[in-house]
Amino acid sequence: MSLDKEKIKHVAKLARISVDEAKVESLTKDLNSIFKFIEQLNELNTDKVEPLTSILNQSLRSRKDEISDGKIREKILKNSPKENEEFFVVPKVVE
Amino acid sequence: MSKEKFDYFIKGEKGKYEVVIGLEVHAQVLSKSKLFSGSSTKFGADPNNQVSLIDSAFPGMLPVINEECVKQAVRTGLGLNAKINNYSVFDRKNYFYADLPQGYQISQYKNPIVGEGKVLLDMPYGSKEIGIERLHLEQDAGKSIHDMDPSNTYVDLNRSGIALMEIVSKPDLRSPDEVNAYIKKLRSIMRYLGTCDGNMQEGSLRADVNVSVRKEGDTNFGTRCEIKNVNSIKFMQMAIEYEAARQVELIENGKKIDQETRLFDTKKNETRSMRSKEDAHDYRYFPDPDLLPLKLEQKLIDDLKKSLPELPDKKKERFVKEYGLNAYESNVLVSEKEISDYYEEVAKLSDKKLAATWMMGDLFAMLNDRGLDISKSPISAKHFAELVQAIKSGEISGRIAKEVFEIMVESGDNPKKIIESKGMKQQSDPKELEKMINEILSKNKDKVDQYKAGKEKLYGFFIGQVMKLSGGKANPQLTNEILKKLLKG
Amino acid sequence: MADITNQSLNEIIENVKTKKISSTELTKAYVKNIESAKKLNVFVTTTFDQALDKAKQFDNKPNFDQLLPGMPLAVKDLFCTENTKTTAGSNILNNFIPSYESTVTKNLWDHGSFLLGKLNCDEFAMGSSNETSHFGNVINPVGDQLVPGGSSGGSSSALAADLTPATIGTDTGGSIRQPASFTGTVGLKPTYGLCSRWGIVAFASSLDQAGPMTKTIKDCAIMLEAMSGFDKKDSTSINKKKEQYSKNLKDNIKGLKIGIPKEYRVDNMPKEVDELWEKGKKILKDLGAQLIDISLPHTKYALPTYYIVAPAEASSNLARYDGVRYGYRSKQGKDLIEMYEKTRSEGFGDEVKRRILIGTYVLSSGYYDAYYLKAQKVRQLIKKDFDDSFKKIDAILTPSTPSSAFKIGEKTNDPVSMYLNDIFTVPVNLAGLPALSMPAGVDNKGHPLGLQLIGKALDEQKILNIGYAFEKNCGFKNEIKKWWS
Repeated sequence: MSLDKEKIKHVAKLARISVDEAKVESLTKDLNSIFKFIEQLNELNTDKVEPLTSILNQSLRSRKDEISDGKIREKILKNSPKENEEFFVVPKVVE
Repeated sequence: MSKEKFDYFIKGEKGKYEVVIGLEVHAQVLSKSKLFSGSSTKFGADPNNQVSLIDSAFPGMLPVINEECVKQAVRTGLGLNAKINNYSVFDRKNYFYADLPQGYQISQYKNPIVGEGKVLLDMPYGSKEIGIERLHLEQDAGKSIHDMDPSNTYVDLNRSGIALMEIVSKPDLRSPDEVNAYIKKLRSIMRYLGTCDGNMQEGSLRADVNVSVRKEGDTNFGTRCEIKNVNSIKFMQMAIEYEAARQVELIENGKKIDQETRLFDTKKNETRSMRSKEDAHDYRYFPDPDLLPLKLEQKLIDDLKKSLPELPDKKKERFVKEYGLNAYESNVLVSEKEISDYYEEVAKLSDKKLAATWMMGDLFAMLNDRGLDISKSPISAKHFAELVQAIKSGEISGRIAKEVFEIMVESGDNPKKIIESKGMKQQSDPKELEKMINEILSKNKDKVDQYKAGKEKLYGFFIGQVMKLSGGKANPQLTNEILKKLLKG
Repeated sequence: MADITNQSLNEIIENVKTKKISSTELTKAYVKNIESAKKLNVFVTTTFDQALDKAKQFDNKPNFDQLLPGMPLAVKDLFCTENTKTTAGSNILNNFIPSYESTVTKNLWDHGSFLLGKLNCDEFAMGSSNETSHFGNVINPVGDQLVPGGSSGGSSSALAADLTPATIGTDTGGSIRQPASFTGTVGLKPTYGLCSRWGIVAFASSLDQAGPMTKTIKDCAIMLEAMSGFDKKDSTSINKKKEQYSKNLKDNIKGLKIGIPKEYRVDNMPKEVDELWEKGKKILKDLGAQLIDISLPHTKYALPTYYIVAPAEASSNLARYDGVRYGYRSKQGKDLIEMYEKTRSEGFGDEVKRRILIGTYVLSSGYYDAYYLKAQKVRQLIKKDFDDSFKKIDAILTPSTPSSAFKIGEKTNDPVSMYLNDIFTVPVNLAGLPALSMPAGVDNKGHPLGLQLIGKALDEQKILNIGYAFEKNCGFKNEIKKWWS
């Protein structure tokens, strides 16, 4: 499998990372060498192997249905890049 | 009940088209706290006041599941006669949006908590089974507010992380009416179970609607479009009608239908393509490594099953058997748990059949006029039963009963008190009535003669006179008997 | 009194307990060391005033029954610390001040220690040389041209340069053990689930574990005891009784069966690494342990598997850094999508972006089965290799790294050769097992090298005991000249 520039741009779009046109070339080279390395896995036949879902052999632990959090708006908003007392603020979303 | 025939087709120039509909209903789980955090789920709080560090996805925050939400999903699954999966997995559905703080929604993809089930609909043309594909648990997103500022979008995360059940139907629905019946039935089942309040105004119940069309008789499905996030039954019906017509027109003009996500514009009453969502469609699902597989003990499932309340289908059967109601009456009275509870309380204290008639008539009309739920009825079940009994015993006539009912609504008084204080008791003393009727007959000798000569229409005139003179209180049955006797004599 | 910052944590604790030195004096000594070690670029943030306050509080009301009485500790800048900037070595968190304390650091403070500062690390713990940090390279005190390893490179350097008596790091594929090996110190990656992940900036959730980095095995036991424990806020935390690792430390390893996996003898491995491994085997054998040849046949697939699983999880874990609620936001975004793309492009460094792209790709539609699912199957095989072997042995001995510390810039242009550094450490993360890197000697350049002990799940005590016995008999002394001050 080799990754071309278009594919990389598409993946970058999915990951919401803008990629400098100037850097696409070297990125393509790096990613292809990494994927060449990764694809060693194709040597292995894993048809009959169950994929691992969790390394821990236990069931999901649950908590009681109690209100134990919230009402910390100031803390939640304190680090936000655009200040507002009640909301997070982002550039207009165009639907 | 009249057996009508199913008849919902879109008529094109080249034939009739059947509409195929599948719904993905998002029902908010009734729980105090969120699916993976301890913040409150209460509706209507100040913006961002019901948000924890987890709901706003701060670095290093981790989810811990709410056991009640799991139980609610199992209860709902049981209520939908569905298979409960002892093993289910939470996955991450990855996409970027301002009101999705984690950059992914925790959902269930390959292994949902509930598998196949079914729901029965009572349609005028008979009963119809709608298949349930699956039910899974997932997190709700926050809310983006676009109209508070011309250049910015505001984000409120109060909803972020609230538990939703996504209930996916099979493509078994065939008309807007069936969609209406299906949503109402689901809502009813969940309200009986106490797993979702079904409040569509507050967004507790929304649906994505999948619509396709095919020529009548075709067995293959057409290309479907998904109409996202419709939040009222009326809009769902309008969206389906518009979308089905649009698709038929495309087909008739030899054009292709694109499989796509569409949005229903409630102002223009049309659906339109949501191109913006298209390129984000690659959700890159994978098991959430912050959570382990959910393994349910069979005992938990069995215990929940044992503790389920009686559900509408069972209750309906019982109402027919126990109260002698017909299928239609039972259906109406079990549609909401509160209605059935009210009815049963009334039926305990009064005539069962008459109670049903009066509830479905005057009581529902009044509630409807005032936009009230039965739980907010100004007439208590006990007072209502007293009213029904007063009618049944002949203490008051049906006509008077309507007046008493009005006064009960306004005053909240019990009917006995109203009847007594206003002297509305029915005139049921045969001697008194005979005296009154004789008086009327003697005053109207000419009419009596005409009647006896064959002008039987005049009977109504005499009744009218009796009612007028008695202020409407004369016992109609007794009046009839006496009048007939005297007119013969 | 004489400078005691070159002593072990355990010795320093004894000195505090016997009042030979106060917590304030100790803290001042570290502040002095840190101020003269700026060349090493170890600290992202220092909290001296706060630390001196805490030291004073301790001295006024000392409690010597605690595990870490009056100890000033610097920690990797991946642990969220309440009201102290936490960057994860990234521009995107450059200005982030948490309102909360990670469970692991809170556990340390609850045992009597306090924060001295936040240590540089590879950006989001992605790196093996501490060269991916937004705050610049960290220098290995072993030599001014050498990397300290990564991603906990600030932690290993700070420890080796006597800038903190002990520290903690996180280990996703070797990020504690490899830097420990490069600096002649001890590093332990605990069993997955032993230390809470709550409040630690996540890299790859199914692999991340916090662990101690110390000068001695005893110190390691003390730190592990203090930091570990069940946390109901982490769904992957193991609910078990707390162990007293330091009290139960024993140097008798007679009769223990030590597995020697043949697959860890890789091509092009420097002769010295092999010799050191032999030396290790001999020491353990002389102490009465039994050496058993074992096979872990899927070892060579561990690294390729890791480079699918870790980036996949990271691509999702790092989606929250979007400029909306905290951290860096680009000023260039006209609409939301552009704001995201610019923010993430400017906020993340090249290695992080590379891994996000790898992870996004291996999870994307049409590729999931070929990459991610395949990797999770191979991961099952790797785990099974260990499970099978541990039926007949108590622990496994391997080299920690295929070489000693390399030069700054030596591998930055070749990601795969950089990744190969973690070849011996990664399998353990994939299998969720505990592993200890302990200093064992030096190569012909005089640079330290470590050996790794791998244990069964939750067998930390056993590998600590083996390490303890080894340490006493190995004769290694980490002699670092303080050339920077």
